[in-house]
Amino acid sequence: MKSNDTITLAHGSGGRLMHELVEGLIARVLSNPVLDELDDAADVSGLVEPGRLAVTTDSFVVQPLFFPGGDIGTLAVAGTVNDLAVKGARPVALTLGLIVEEGLAVSDLERALRSVAETAKTAGVVVTAGDTKVVERGCLGGLVLNTAGLGFIPEGVELGAARVRDGDAVVISGTVGDHETAILVAREGFEIDETIESDCAPLHEIAATILTAAPGARAMRDPTRGGLATTLNELSARSGVGIEIEEAAVPVRREVRSVTDILGFDPLFMANEGKVVAVVPADEAERVVEALRTHDLGRDAAVIGRAGGPPGVTLRTRVGGARPLLMLEGVQLPRIC
Amino acid sequence: MKELLDFEAFREGPEAEGLVRRVRELVDGPTALMEVCGTHTVAIGRAGIRSLVPEELRLLSGPGCPVCVTPLGEIDQTIEAARRPDVTVATFGDMMRVPGSESSLERERAAGADVRVVTSALDAVKLASEEPSREIVFIGVGFETTSPTVAAALLEAERRDVPNVSVFPFFKLVPPALEFLVGVPDRALDGFLCPGHVSSIIGSNAYEPVAREAGIPCVVTGFEPLDILAGIVMLLEQVRDVRSGGAARVETQYSRAVRPEGNPTARSLLDETFDTADAEWRGIGAIPASGYVLSQDLMHRDAAAKLGIERPEPAEPEGCICGAIMLGRKLPGDCPLFGTDCTPRDPVGPCMVSSEGSCAAHFRYEHRRST
Ligand code: SF4
Ligand code: SF4
Repeated sequence: MKSNDTITLAHGSGGRLMHELVEGLIARVLSNPVLDELDDAADVSGLVEPGRLAVTTDSFVVQPLFFPGGDIGTLAVAGTVNDLAVKGARPVALTLGLIVEEGLAVSDLERALRSVAETAKTAGVVVTAGDTKVVERGCLGGLVLNTAGLGFIPEGVELGAARVRDGDAVVISGTVGDHETAILVAREGFEIDETIESDCAPLHEIAATILTAAPGARAMRDPTRGGLATTLNELSARSGVGIEIEEAAVPVRREVRSVTDILGFDPLFMANEGKVVAVVPADEAERVVEALRTHDLGRDAAVIGRAGGPPGVTLRTRVGGARPLLMLEGVQLPRIC
Repeated sequence: MKELLDFEAFREGPEAEGLVRRVRELVDGPTALMEVCGTHTVAIGRAGIRSLVPEELRLLSGPGCPVCVTPLGEIDQTIEAARRPDVTVATFGDMMRVPGSESSLERERAAGADVRVVTSALDAVKLASEEPSREIVFIGVGFETTSPTVAAALLEAERRDVPNVSVFPFFKLVPPALEFLVGVPDRALDGFLCPGHVSSIIGSNAYEPVAREAGIPCVVTGFEPLDILAGIVMLLEQVRDVRSGGAARVETQYSRAVRPEGNPTARSLLDETFDTADAEWRGIGAIPASGYVLSQDLMHRDAAAKLGIERPEPAEPEGCICGAIMLGRKLPGDCPLFGTDCTPRDPVGPCMVSSEGSCAAHFRYEHRRST
């Protein structure tokens, strides 16, 4: 194996190898006019838009680094873009921090970076600044990414859980549980016939679609860790308005359903990386679903419930029973048989 | 708009409604049915079935979660094994967080022990052949559903001559537990919802003694909400017959998977690998012939014997009433610690630890926290 095939601690030393890594690989793959300046800080004034400024940050730790439907690079960009998008902001710029573990194949790093570049392009955001550290083998599982995102909220867009009202409709942009199930299957090597793909995708267009179809939209969230159940609980707790969800109306892929059934997991608690939950006035719900269904990422959009009553989330089950739907407690573990 | 918010159309409505109506007709006084299987407990909670049936019908959760009924002393033995430097403990995920008398496998792992979560006993055999210098100890918990797969893994280790894998045989058997439960004084039990998975191995005939000798109706039931409602209806119909002088029977709602004689292959695997023995059920006590020990030919795979680990006399956590709950005498809500000192995040007793435990299921599905 050539010495340049794998990351070594020397790549993080600040010397020539590091220079080659940053300029020869990272900056090359991510190249854009702002980043190409390669200064210690980026001048982003060219990206400034009218509206209020929105900022977010997130760190991405995922095993395996590459999984059906995406990889850590896609995830890092999509995750941050989505946090901006559900706030109603148009995402414009990102920073990217790389913490690379000694021993990672350079080709894997390059593959993840290409996903960053590609996803950023899709989402219309520019990677404006970055940082690279190399750490000793064995503490990170190969690669950790940190991103910060910058976006602008246009005049007139006002979203927040506190705005949820009695009688509003709750809409989901597609099937739930895909991402975490895909990761689980990829990580544990369960033998199943079909591949389950992560839904990992930037949602700026989905969010914009919702805002266009429902100018009165109250709140949007992306139900990542803790899943739909946890997100709905947050919305209810912040707004002080109850939410009732119809189990049978929540779209779940058949493959996801069968894997989660076997393991005793509940798709309502499983992480998504490409879905939006929106609370909109009831009379705008139909338009939102119709508009979403014309978009590739919104094909399975559905109205899944309504807001109203005392705080807390209630699930109407398939057989017509009602039970509280709580936040995820701890982690879901596979059942014994 | 009307259509979009008309959710009734989605539901398994008509069929479920019919069954629920039938349940309401059949319950004409206090009636207690016990589901003996943790998967039933979870399914009942998840589907919100208690919200559909009359209050006079009590649905009790029996000792149906293998994690819950594993005695503290046995948990302590697994922790002791994990502390040995040349031992890797391989376990189903559920066991990780079960508190022993002063630690848990999760805490031992954080402190440096080699504890790995596996999804099948065969993974342990695989680990053992990959790491010949370590002893791989598999924690054998579960009922008749899990034990055949562990038996198969042990026989595989024999066949492939993998010496460094052993097992703690902590398995429990369902029918002896049911026979014991019907003998408990001041129990209020009118019928058993018998576990579909277990029964597909042992066959519905296994419950004949409970039905015939103890006169308690048994219905082997599947795990879908409609299965459970149908099973409840069948049980209630029998209860009505028994109350008017008829005989209790074993019936099978889950006939798509369960035969009267069970699965002969799995049963002969069990016979080859294990001998029946008395076993200790946590919170309940010793139940005759309700557990397994390894057969003579496989005794060298017994982890406790191989590693020389005694079973300590453990101290049970104060105030936990899991025993009374599993015997059908109390409900989780009757425990003063429920939802306050004892939650899934910070469990006191075993019924709150396992996701299939009755306290955890009640907490998750029935309990509205004041927010
Ligand atoms: S081990 Fe079997 S009996 Fe026990 S909870 Fe699981 S399915 Fe039910
Ligand atoms: S609530 Fe906790 S302490 Fe009480 S019986 Fe259940 S597990 Fe035991």
